[in-house]
Amino acid sequence: MEYKISNRLKLGAIILMVLGSLGVGYGFWDSHQVKDVNDVKELLASESHHGDDHASEGHGEEHAEAHADSASHSNDAHADTAHSDHDVEEHKMSHEEHVLHQIHNRPWSAMYVAAFFFFMIALGVLAFYAIQFAAQAGWSPVLFRVMEGITAYVLPGGLIVLAIAFASGTIGHFNIFIWMDPDVVAHDELIQGKESWLNLTWFTIRGLIFIAGWATYRHFSRKFSIAQDNADINDNTNFKKHFRISAAFLVFYIYTESMMSWDWIMSVDPHWFSTLFGWYVFASMFVSGITVIAMITIYLKSKGLLEFVNDSHIHDLAKFMFGISIFWTYLWFSQFMLIWYSNIPEEVTYFVTRIEDYNLPFFGMVAMNFLFPLLLLMNSDYKRIPWFVVMAGVVILCGHYLDVFNMIMPATVGDRWFIGIPEIGSILLFGGLFLLVVFTALGKYPLLAKGNPYIKESENFHY
Amino acid sequence: MEASKVIHAIYTDDDVLMLAVKKVKAEKHHIEEIYTPFPVHGLDKAMGLAPTRLAITAFLYGCIGITVATVMMNYIMIQDWPQDIGGKPSFSYLENMPAFVPIMFELTVFFAAHLMVITFYLRSRMWPFKKAENPDPRTTDDHFLMEIAIHDNEASLAALLKETGAVEINIIDKEDAH
Repeated sequence: MEYKISNRLKLGAIILMVLGSLGVGYGFWDSHQVKDVNDVKELLASESHHGDDHASEGHGEEHAEAHADSASHSNDAHADTAHSDHDVEEHKMSHEEHVLHQIHNRPWSAMYVAAFFFFMIALGVLAFYAIQFAAQAGWSPVLFRVMEGITAYVLPGGLIVLAIAFASGTIGHFNIFIWMDPDVVAHDELIQGKESWLNLTWFTIRGLIFIAGWATYRHFSRKFSIAQDNADINDNTNFKKHFRISAAFLVFYIYTESMMSWDWIMSVDPHWFSTLFGWYVFASMFVSGITVIAMITIYLKSKGLLEFVNDSHIHDLAKFMFGISIFWTYLWFSQFMLIWYSNIPEEVTYFVTRIEDYNLPFFGMVAMNFLFPLLLLMNSDYKRIPWFVVMAGVVILCGHYLDVFNMIMPATVGDRWFIGIPEIGSILLFGGLFLLVVFTALGKYPLLAKGNPYIKESENFHY
Repeated sequence: MEASKVIHAIYTDDDVLMLAVKKVKAEKHHIEEIYTPFPVHGLDKAMGLAPTRLAITAFLYGCIGITVATVMMNYIMIQDWPQDIGGKPSFSYLENMPAFVPIMFELTVFFAAHLMVITFYLRSRMWPFKKAENPDPRTTDDHFLMEIAIHDNEASLAALLKETGAVEINIIDKEDAH
């Protein structure tokens, strides 16, 4: 039942991080090969030589849409009919500049997407863990130590995401959030109206408050869980405290998670908003988190370290993967259908860019996050077959990476996206860090929370 | 039709019943039926019943539901009286699909749920005004009843059941066999 991170795993994680850093470094170096507008002109010319229609005439139109979306220029903010010739002129001139920005934005965004993806897994698990305590669930206590291991990444992961966001607005050239650029704000009345909320100082302070709250809960929940193990069998005070802080945390979480999703994701498109965005991001992190719990549980069980976890626990986790995948689809569709149906220009532009420029990842993600889990995990017997759950889990995780990708990239790099070295490098970098932090934390205490009053019920759980 | 004599063993607790079922099965007796006031999880497995095929029928009914919804709305909204949906007059089912998804979903659920319930009733031979087959009305309240056919082993069976914690054992002559 004792687990220690093996040297091989540690080494593997470090190799991933080194490879990832190289990839990220290459991404930055590569993007800075294109230094100014002249380089872009050359690039676009060479692209059109290759017979790529994108770079030629048709581009102007599409570009205007991307513009309306990312709103890096003030023109489109005022949807006046009086678009003077001068404006159009300026627009044309700025096209190369705009492409230059997109090229420079790519390594930043790639890093941000991967960092957020791994962070959201940890935060989703933290919420799931708190729900188990608040509900006093009897089936799950055998999985608590696995969950506690994963939530160890909440603090480092959250700080990294915030640090990248902060750095993009200070060291970088406003590569992710255009509202951080005072030049853009000066020409954009809509962002000016939101300035009291969207400014770098308040954004950073808010982020720190969110992370502090989550990390504090994580710290004390772990502490009480360990203390309960060492306490007398009749002494449940730690468990009771744990129950209380979990309930309080859930209230804090649902507000801060929602605000975090506006801040860290939705504000990349500062003109666009959706009222259920917080729930949508929550569904994504919840299903990714549960999937990772299932995968790590199956991994540790295959090592013979979790004998007390039986088929029924895996079955229940797979049921959650199935159910929350459908919940995610419900929210994705609710957001999409209302905007599609009403067809209001400033709203629908969000989906127009995604369907035109991101067709494959946008619809591919729906297939991976909805159709695959629906068909693979519908059968009750399949939910008990470990390799089946792992395969479904891999598809779900890739799908939710794409989900985050689709939320960030259209606003920052427009149609110049690709999943190449910067993206994969970032995944390796933060994936390696995630593995290192999680498995180190898993090795610190016994894998069975033996002091939990429900542990016996959980061990005997059968469906 | 063999002369049917059955033994009715009555229990007052579902955990005791579960243990009793396992013991009786271990002794290789065939349990005819068990009447319980509420569903007891794992009882079907302990009795060695074949897994239910109701889930498969539910899937098929769902498929019927989504097909009915598609065909129906295609006829109503696209063919018979073409509608301009959401200001996008494409008159194509596929292009207007998002608007139809809620109905497709609802009819899938509706068909699956209702037809599954009806199937369940038919398969359990239940219909309105039918006389209850339940041998002892207490099994609708707080008692559990296990029915085992007797084949010249009345005494040993009764002893076994007594041992498993049955609070009452009755020998019943069953006149009509269905």
